[in-house]
Amino acid sequence: MHIAVCIKQVPDSAQIRVHPVTNTIMRQGVPTIINPYDLFALEEALRIKDRTAAKVTVLTMGPPQADDALRKCLAFGADEAVLITDKVFSGADTLATSYVLAAALKTLDAREPVDLVFTGKQTIDGDTAQVGPGIATRLGYQLLTYVSKIRELDADSRRILVERRAEGGVQVLESALPAVVTMLEGTNEIRFADMPGMFRAARQEVERWNRDAIGVDLAKVGLKGSPTVVAQVFGPKPKAVKAFRVAGDTPAAMAEAFVDRLFADYPHLEEAMLEHLEQVDRQGAKE
Amino acid sequence: MSDALDTAAKPIKKPKRVLPEHFKSYKGVWVFIEHEHGHPHPVSWELLGKGRELADKLGVELAGVLLGGTGGEVAALVKDVGAYGADLCYVARHPVLDDYRNQPYTLGMTELVNTYQPEILLLGATTQGRDLAGSVATTLLTGLTADCTGLDIDPGDRSLLSSRPTFGGSLMCTIVNLATRPQMATVRPRVMPMPARVPDRPLRVVEHALQLDESAIVTKVVDFIPDARADKPQLPFADFIVSGGRGLGKPENFALVESLARTIGAEVGASRPAVHAGWAEVERQVGQSGKTVRPKLYIAAGISGAVQHRVGMEGADVIAGINLDPEAPIFDFANYALIGNVTELLPALEQAFARRLAAARTRRANPAEETV
Ligand SMILES: Cc1cc2nc3c(=O)[nH]c(=O)nc-3n(C[C@H](O)[C@H](O)[C@H](O)COP(=O)(O)OP(=O)(O)OC[C@H]3O[C@@H](n4cnc5c(N)ncnc54)[C@H](O)[C@@H]3O)c2cc1C
Ligand SMILES: Nc1ncnc2c1ncn2[C@@H]1O[C@H](COP(=O)(O)O)[C@@H](O)[C@H]1O
Repeated sequence: MHIAVCIKQVPDSAQIRVHPVTNTIMRQGVPTIINPYDLFALEEALRIKDRTAAKVTVLTMGPPQADDALRKCLAFGADEAVLITDKVFSGADTLATSYVLAAALKTLDAREPVDLVFTGKQTIDGDTAQVGPGIATRLGYQLLTYVSKIRELDADSRRILVERRAEGGVQVLESALPAVVTMLEGTNEIRFADMPGMFRAARQEVERWNRDAIGVDLAKVGLKGSPTVVAQVFGPKPKAVKAFRVAGDTPAAMAEAFVDRLFADYPHLEEAMLEHLEQVDRQGAKE
Repeated sequence: MSDALDTAAKPIKKPKRVLPEHFKSYKGVWVFIEHEHGHPHPVSWELLGKGRELADKLGVELAGVLLGGTGGEVAALVKDVGAYGADLCYVARHPVLDDYRNQPYTLGMTELVNTYQPEILLLGATTQGRDLAGSVATTLLTGLTADCTGLDIDPGDRSLLSSRPTFGGSLMCTIVNLATRPQMATVRPRVMPMPARVPDRPLRVVEHALQLDESAIVTKVVDFIPDARADKPQLPFADFIVSGGRGLGKPENFALVESLARTIGAEVGASRPAVHAGWAEVERQVGQSGKTVRPKLYIAAGISGAVQHRVGMEGADVIAGINLDPEAPIFDFANYALIGNVTELLPALEQAFARRLAAARTRRANPAEETV
């Protein structure tokens, strides 16, 4: 079985700045990490590898520095890594990102058929959760999002049985390979990278694929291939009325002054709070 | 969402792109009506409320889109689609659509869009809405802005202005799609206020027959295990919330938040750093990558009020901030500023509330005394 895992290198902090002219994010000088949600996807793939001797290939579309993130994945136990990098890919929205990733996955599949693709639930910088569904749709693979557990997986019968977080419950879905699975957070814990793993990762070659390697239409990638564009960046506006500054010489005095003022300004709040507390008491009594 | 983060109603300067002529025939605002096992998701009604506003600005119709099985649940929902503000409802019923599944719902939704051509399509940013939105947008090759916190119409070229926090920093951005139609956006539950329910508003119903074939659908639903309601914090629907942030300094201090919350019957919330530090569970995170809440009262203890936190809680009716720093951004949008140390103020507040509530209870128990 061949498993592909899509990971993204993301800035580690909230200290990212926005370029005043192009309105795109400036990544220089910000420490980077593997998108934390993607580690659940990677670990799940590695667990399948442990059980079935599957092969795990990690992919990322990003700048040359994303090589670091891929090497970390190799250290954790991934077998191969591919960096999809080309300056024409930058500035991509989710539509253009999923186009490039799908093209890369097709290239990978032609070399060694891909049975299962993992993505994280979402990234911490883009925060859209749309790239996984986009990839599945473009490849015509089955889409299994918000998967909390893979109950069964059988390469021979091409069958996969998963638990999926739905609204108000868990859906148990039976599907067929090839499939794209977006893994829910908190479902497993990434293993430690051991010394031999780290040495191997440092030596191993990370393949680089550009536009020619994956055969893409330049009108569909990067900024040009992105229908959504940032038109404006702005700071949040303060409210017209400033916050009322509660006075008080001691914490106790300030607290009393606040509660008095709050319930004087919003008398219905006291009623609502009392009623709610009574309800809580009643429920407590029942249990 | 309060108006503070909504973009001003004047045309904004956009990168030069011209909408191709053939897209100009796309008309109307659509809201995907989400339901699971007969339960509509309230985010659909919230979106109808916002959709009504957008449709009125454009002078076009607002439609709800309902896909589902042939049992009674779809018929029961149609009335609500009208009551929450839609002019018409597209209904597609088929046994294959009984449970939500990506493939048949994507087929159904894309066929409806291609047939009736809406200019705007809104979905909830839920596990169902995000699953469907990504596939529909990719199939239609159109743009999608995820997890918006504000939606408006540009009075100049009538395009949809979708706002959301931008990556990092304390900035918001407005995203437009000047290249493809429909313009798609997802919005998280509780970001938009719930509109009033007006029963018996007139509603046109358009039934659309879909040709679907179960044997062509690969993924099967084997089981659905409903959540036990009680065991999860119901933050998005709580009326009172006390949230703690990094300003609490250490885990022991987070107990002060929990204690005040218990006294006033509030749910406990947290900022992202407080969750990352392990002081509170993930379900309690409020903000852009956590929950959006709309309580009657939100007390933010040791939280700076960064924009990613703000977008998750500024729908609260009343906000009180507790912070050492009088310049903390939280005071730009709070109603009350308590400037001081959380470790002292939280216990003091607990006492003040407890005393006040005890007095009110006594008054309630002996209503006669009050009238004397
Ligand atoms: C993509 C992305 C998504 C994000 N999503 C979220 C999200 O969903 N939710 C979220 O909350 N954040 C989110 N963030 C993080 C956000 O940008 C802020 O970093 C975070 O909200 C800050 O949390 P805080 O206010 O607890 O901590 P800080 O910003 O460190 O603020 C602590 C505050 O406590 C005050 N303080 C310190 N000591 C005391 C004391 N003894 N008494 C009183 N006050 C004190 C300080 O003056 C300060 O104002 C996100 C960031 C990104 C980039
Ligand atoms: N540039 C990228 N390269 C590889 N995988 C990506 C990239 N962007 C997103 N993904 C994958 O898609 C998931 C969802 O991302 P997003 O839609 O940005 O929230 C992530 O968790 C990754 O697994």
